[in-house]
Amino acid sequence: MLKPITILVSVDSNSALLGARHYKNYLSQLVKKYNLDSITDVLETGSFGNYGEGVLISILPENIHYSVKSEKDIELIVQEYLLKGRRVPSLVVEKIEKEETEEKKKNVEERVVLRNAGEIDPKNINEYIAKDGYQALAKVLNEERIEVINKVKESGLRGRGGAGFPTGMKWEFTYKVDNPEKYVICNADEGEPGTFKDRLIMEGDPHSVIEGMAIAAYAVGANKGYIYIRGEYFESISNLRKAIEQAYEYGLLGDNILDSGFNFDLSVRLGAGAYVCGEETALIESIEGKSGRPRLKPPYPPVSGLYGKPTVVNNVETYASVPPIIINGPDWFKVLGTSNSAGTKVFSLCGNLINKGIVEVKMGTTVSDLVYNFGGGIRDGKAIKMIQTGGAAGTFIKPEEMNTPLDFDSMKNYGISLGSGVILAINEDHCAVDVALNLMEFFEHESCGKCTPCREGTKVIVDILHKFSKGQGSEELFNSLYDIAETMEASAFCGLGQAVPIPLRSILDRFKDEFMAHVGVDEAPCGVCKFPKKKKKVH
Amino acid sequence: MAKIKSLEDLMKIKDDAVKNLKLRETGKRGKIVVAMGTCGIAAGAKDTFKAVVEELSDKDIDDISVVQSGCFGLCDAEPTIEVKLEGSEPIVYGHVTPEQAKRIINQHIVNGKVVGDLIIKRGEL
Ligand SMILES: Cc1cc2nc3c(=O)[nH]c(=O)nc-3n(C[C@H](O)[C@H](O)[C@H](O)COP(=O)(O)O)c2cc1C
Repeated sequence: MLKPITILVSVDSNSALLGARHYKNYLSQLVKKYNLDSITDVLETGSFGNYGEGVLISILPENIHYSVKSEKDIELIVQEYLLKGRRVPSLVVEKIEKEETEEKKKNVEERVVLRNAGEIDPKNINEYIAKDGYQALAKVLNEERIEVINKVKESGLRGRGGAGFPTGMKWEFTYKVDNPEKYVICNADEGEPGTFKDRLIMEGDPHSVIEGMAIAAYAVGANKGYIYIRGEYFESISNLRKAIEQAYEYGLLGDNILDSGFNFDLSVRLGAGAYVCGEETALIESIEGKSGRPRLKPPYPPVSGLYGKPTVVNNVETYASVPPIIINGPDWFKVLGTSNSAGTKVFSLCGNLINKGIVEVKMGTTVSDLVYNFGGGIRDGKAIKMIQTGGAAGTFIKPEEMNTPLDFDSMKNYGISLGSGVILAINEDHCAVDVALNLMEFFEHESCGKCTPCREGTKVIVDILHKFSKGQGSEELFNSLYDIAETMEASAFCGLGQAVPIPLRSILDRFKDEFMAHVGVDEAPCGVCKFPKKKKKVH
Repeated sequence: MAKIKSLEDLMKIKDDAVKNLKLRETGKRGKIVVAMGTCGIAAGAKDTFKAVVEELSDKDIDDISVVQSGCFGLCDAEPTIEVKLEGSEPIVYGHVTPEQAKRIINQHIVNGKVVGDLIIKRGEL
């Protein structure tokens, strides 16, 4: 019998730590105990987008969201709501209303990539199929490969991993190389601090990534694919593996897919969590079983990638965007964004915001909308000091620059990065010197050591910033940071070292006064840095 | 699981799976509330509930949600169900056996005519 009541428990890597899985099991147990299991389904689903203090559950079709913090809360919900039909107001969370009023329209997400997250059971392929899953694959298998590539080109889809390279062009390069052996790789390394969107996509809707990859493989003529994912993404790994297994059982992966003669094998490869392994050629080395060090480019992966064969490397979000483009057509996607940046972007909101989590919005949404309308503003009534956009390798901006729209042109037009879509809000309690130091220590630690400019450059930068944080800085040292930035930008071997100057310069440019306030004084002006005590003069 | 060999196979799986998801959709035309207090259950409310869900699904009606509630306080008329359609006053029916439940769905939900002989209350409870 169909079950008219569905309870979705949002299980993602965050809520799992709060006991989501345990609550789900307890809920199932009680539902059984009260003989409600013939009418009630208790299912896991992906992230609802926002991170609450408790585990979020949604009861459908009533569409009530509850936040659960203990077993008692679960008991209350079962006894009050399921048995007596009464709401439990103390546990209800207000949802961001999707009303049509002008004021509220601003808060409405545009969900393409996250279309199923938080709505379906990611471990059940049938639910993905119910949401039009695998129809795009079935459709392209009846088309010429070049037609598929042209559609992706026309849609204007560009890479969501940070660099924003046009996806259709990348596929076309790979397609054009004549080689019986080609590969497609999904970059699920997600090493950019503050980025967690790929994780929530894979947890909430793993089949969308698999379908996108199968389409790419067909289009370029590859028969083998790998998802390279960081080893600590347990939920993503298990959901993806389960999804791959189910796709094989249905014959949506493997030999002769949908009787088309197209074969595609897909498997998961685990990374060990080095930032540089997100760089596509280092990633390829890592899959080959070598240590993850970047290769010299060119040749680029479409010409010579995995095992020297033509290879497409795309980000998780990029692949997940493909099936809806095929189903709805390129024009539908194009009009969602701005002229040079089609579609939507999933942003990871983090730092001192009230609402942390992921949101998917049209390209061209402003930083201010992301911070205030979606992020809810700054926590604890504090003032905002700066925002880092784009991830660790992105730019720091001041509050007065927040009206900038974010898309692939915002770097060119305003000097502000879109990057992998991070909004890191930093409040007034933080010190610019300390923030810069913290970030540069990350790059120093993650520099792979292959090239001198990056290995030594990051070290010298950190040493100088340390000096500022101890009250030993100077104008000369401040200026020398720009020199190092210039050298690294010009001579670092890969994108890691080349990108370090972006956040560095942006924070130096905007917060010079704060750096200088640390010079020539006995005590740190910020309340964050700690200057060593001056030795008392002995009389 | 059998392998999917064509778009038709895929659509078959979809049609089945969609039924499940439809039940979760919000913003429906109306709902049927089945009283499932001890009194209701003793009088057979579970079978009524089952009949309601099955009849809706047989008739491919997916814009009506089914929920259960505690006792309406009309224990002598159990099993009772309440039909709430958008824009019209709620109607409570009494002594609703599985057979009567089907009648209510066909007459009230499908054709929009209340089932006079079973009404025990009009308006909000
Ligand atoms: C140091 C470094 C780290 C990177 N990390 C990631 C990452 O974690 N995920 C990702 O998708 N791309 C990352 N990239 C970008 C990839 O090299 C590559 O451009 C991307 O995977 C291409 O996919 P896309 O075109 O779909 O964005 C990184 C690049 C550099 C230089």
